[in-house]
Amino acid sequence: MKYYLFIIAVLSSLMAISQDCNAILLGEVLDFHDNSPLVGATISITGKDVKTISNGNGKFTFKNLCEGVIELEVSHPECTSKFVTLTIDGDTFEKIKLEHHLEELEEVKVVGDVPTNTNSGQEESLSLKDIERSSGNSLGDALKKIPGVSTLNTGGNIVKPVIQGLNGSRILILNNNVRMQDMEWGEEHAPNVDINANQKISVVKGAAALEYGGDAIGGVIVLEPLPIIRADSLFGKTQINLFSNGRGGNITSSLVKSYKTGLYIKGQASYKRLGDLEAPDYLLSNTGIQERGISLNIGQRNFISGWEGYYSYFQSDIGILRASHIGNIDDLIQSINSQQPNIINEFTYDIVRPNQEVSHHLGKLNYYRRFEGFGKWTVQYDFQKNRRFEYDVRVGDDANKASLDLELTSHSFLTNLNIDAKRGLDIKIGALGRYQSNFANPATGVRRLIPDYDKYDFGLFSVGEYKVNNSLSVDAGLRYDFSRIDAKKFYRTSRWEERGYDDEFSAIVIEDLGTQLLTNPIFDFHNFSGTTGLNYEFNTNNRLRFNYAYAQRAPNPSELFSDGLHHSAARIELGDLRIKSESSSKLSASLERNTLQWGYTVAPFINSINDFIVLEPTGVEFTIRGAFPVWSYRQTNALMIGVDASLYNNWTSKIRTDHKFSWVRGNDESTDTPLINIPSANFNNTISYINPNWNNFMVSLESQYVFEQNRFPPNITVFSPQQQQDVLLDINTPPSAYHLLAANAEASFSIKNSNDFTIGLSVSNLLNTSYRDYLNRLRYFVDDMGRNISLRLIYNY
Amino acid sequence: MKTIATISKNVSLKSIFATGIMVSMLLACSSDDDNPIAVDEEEVITTMNVTLTSTGGTITLQSQDLDGDGPNAPVIDISGNLTANTTYSGSIELLNETETPAEDITEEVAEEDDEHQFFFTTSGSITSVAYNDVDGNGNPVGISFELTTGDPGSGTLQITLRHEPKKPNDGSLADAGGETDIAQTFTVTVE
Repeated sequence: MKYYLFIIAVLSSLMAISQDCNAILLGEVLDFHDNSPLVGATISITGKDVKTISNGNGKFTFKNLCEGVIELEVSHPECTSKFVTLTIDGDTFEKIKLEHHLEELEEVKVVGDVPTNTNSGQEESLSLKDIERSSGNSLGDALKKIPGVSTLNTGGNIVKPVIQGLNGSRILILNNNVRMQDMEWGEEHAPNVDINANQKISVVKGAAALEYGGDAIGGVIVLEPLPIIRADSLFGKTQINLFSNGRGGNITSSLVKSYKTGLYIKGQASYKRLGDLEAPDYLLSNTGIQERGISLNIGQRNFISGWEGYYSYFQSDIGILRASHIGNIDDLIQSINSQQPNIINEFTYDIVRPNQEVSHHLGKLNYYRRFEGFGKWTVQYDFQKNRRFEYDVRVGDDANKASLDLELTSHSFLTNLNIDAKRGLDIKIGALGRYQSNFANPATGVRRLIPDYDKYDFGLFSVGEYKVNNSLSVDAGLRYDFSRIDAKKFYRTSRWEERGYDDEFSAIVIEDLGTQLLTNPIFDFHNFSGTTGLNYEFNTNNRLRFNYAYAQRAPNPSELFSDGLHHSAARIELGDLRIKSESSSKLSASLERNTLQWGYTVAPFINSINDFIVLEPTGVEFTIRGAFPVWSYRQTNALMIGVDASLYNNWTSKIRTDHKFSWVRGNDESTDTPLINIPSANFNNTISYINPNWNNFMVSLESQYVFEQNRFPPNITVFSPQQQQDVLLDINTPPSAYHLLAANAEASFSIKNSNDFTIGLSVSNLLNTSYRDYLNRLRYFVDDMGRNISLRLIYNY
Repeated sequence: MKTIATISKNVSLKSIFATGIMVSMLLACSSDDDNPIAVDEEEVITTMNVTLTSTGGTITLQSQDLDGDGPNAPVIDISGNLTANTTYSGSIELLNETETPAEDITEEVAEEDDEHQFFFTTSGSITSVAYNDVDGNGNPVGISFELTTGDPGSGTLQITLRHEPKKPNDGSLADAGGETDIAQTFTVTVE
């Protein structure tokens, strides 16, 4: 559910030109949801010792005001405090809407007229309720509820979000205003975030949110933490989820202490443990997971200034399907043909090889200060350390050694100036500096897939938004990013020559070790991005957004440097030193209608990407272990078009249906062939019954239909040493369409406070349907997860 | 009073930021000079030597892939032709020649023989291969074997080393499962 603070100002048209301080402000405080007046809200003018309380009609008055900009603090016992900036220009009338649900409070923030992260971009978000219902799932699974968001999976536990067909480095994840630096380049690298630490998760589809980064060709995921209220309070929440599939569960708990002075401290921790997951017909051996997360915030938030210290730690140990660990192309051919996993063991909670262990530390310090009549200045430093171990099935002394051991350390410094004193105009200027260092531990005894490198980033941006009138606002932004990557990379001499680097890059060889060369590639990238758009509200219920965004993304270390056999995927992955930045031009629009009765959103887009970097199977290489498929990165021009649509209707006061559809078509314009890994169309329908009189009882049935992807790149022909002949490797053919049903029921009870205890029961894949998904990398080996019954208990205190 | 408090907080925070930046710069400087050390892969098998001995002499079959997962395919070397209707006593040696001196991987396989098995697939003039060794559980390993040739002609011998196969198995690769450590086919002439 979106949180909006609307300010609809109706300025008195016949204003006396006078410098006297005798203007009157008449205001009205309303509930955002139903426009009912909020009685008893406290309104004060910041910097002045004046206070008033809204009357029975939600109205309030201040007299004897001087002309100019003032700030109001509006608070209500059941709402969070809000700050509203407005211009007194003669006698003034102001309508203020507050979200009237304590549990969905958001951070205190100064709100201009920007409802969300962008003015004109396509944007949707998950509410606290959605997050609670997905508490035991990954971020990607939770975000799938948003039309246009799908996932790229490696089994059930490694889930990468895909936005309108794009994933990985093209998606920026902002965790409590810190850009995650967690090796997002790998297809089996899931985001290292705990969704339970968040109050609201928004998705910006595309690069419209320039202030967060210029390279988010796919989009931005904004994770916003648990709320703070400026009052003396102590509250907390504990949630427990139990799952039948995996025979485990998770627990998450948070506690917030806040003071009237704006000081607050909060802590949150989560733990999750699942054993082997199950497909309808067999056990998925070695697919257990163990996750731990903890976060701590301490800070003070006032209108004039505030600071925050934040630390979070997230650690996961994820089993990778045993049957997916294969030896060579013949094993792959056999797996694709047999359609059955070759290894099925007894159920266990133990996670054995192959598996991955990833930990992520994030620390942040932030300070802001507001200057009267000017705006707000923010500085922020963050530190991140991401450590990734990947274990393969190995023999002898190396059995317990990781095959991949990377440590990525990042320091970022950013500063923003938000100039918002002039009503209707909001300008942000900011700068970013980042230093990042990757260390690839040689103790693995396996040649480094990703080399040691240092990376330097520097960015400058300015975005502005102007409210032309009450219904139209326009925005524009520009950003420049410099990045330098300075790597020390070993190449096999044979590979160096095969790639033709000996001609072009001989200057970067710093040491010749006979069979290997040590090289020092240093690449600089200058990237520009820009966006412009408009947001037009044709009456209170209808809105049109239109946005153009141009964005450039520098290649990531994997795209440049990957070189070698990726054991866990049984494929040779080859990057290319010649890869340059890709640039995307995206036009998107969004037509929305929202009323209590019904509403819809239709959001089409077209994204033309020059020098699009794509990883796809290109051939086969022979080794003594057999033949391996080669996956190479190459650049091409791509065109993606698609549409996300949703519709809801309240048929009666208790029965509601929701309908969502999304479709994207990706084409390689240079070769006129379909792009690889483009999500297929899907159609989602939900019917729900809600009765507030029965303890907020809610029950819903959801149908999800995923179409077969008919557009995929051609399969490749490989020589099978075992069969001593060429065979077609069916590596790109997508699986059939599938249909899943899910059910969900929930009720709230009052133990100490009203509705403080919620109990919910959900069943996913209700009919225990066997299916495989095109965007699951394990689709060659096994079916997807079967039925999962989950129980959740939520207690607020 | 309030102003002073704010300023001092401001200063202390600034100094934290400044420290942070200095730390990051120090880290940036310190890692510049030293080069990373090369990784010599330890468990790699670069070479398989198959020795076939009969009363008539010794023939060796070699597959050597010095660049491992590099772009070059293995180099096959067969020392001569086999004699028709003869039984050879065969043995397999596995080497990692990226190290000097070369590491003998056969020993590792022999030590963990219950987790390994060679599989032989023959065609043409090579009629059969029989195991000549067993692991601790009495199941075949294949480091040592006996190969029988038939009438003159061409034949193929495919040798596959599986790690963690199902043991015992019916002798077929499909039934054995496990992962392939080696898969190599030799085409020989029997005269």
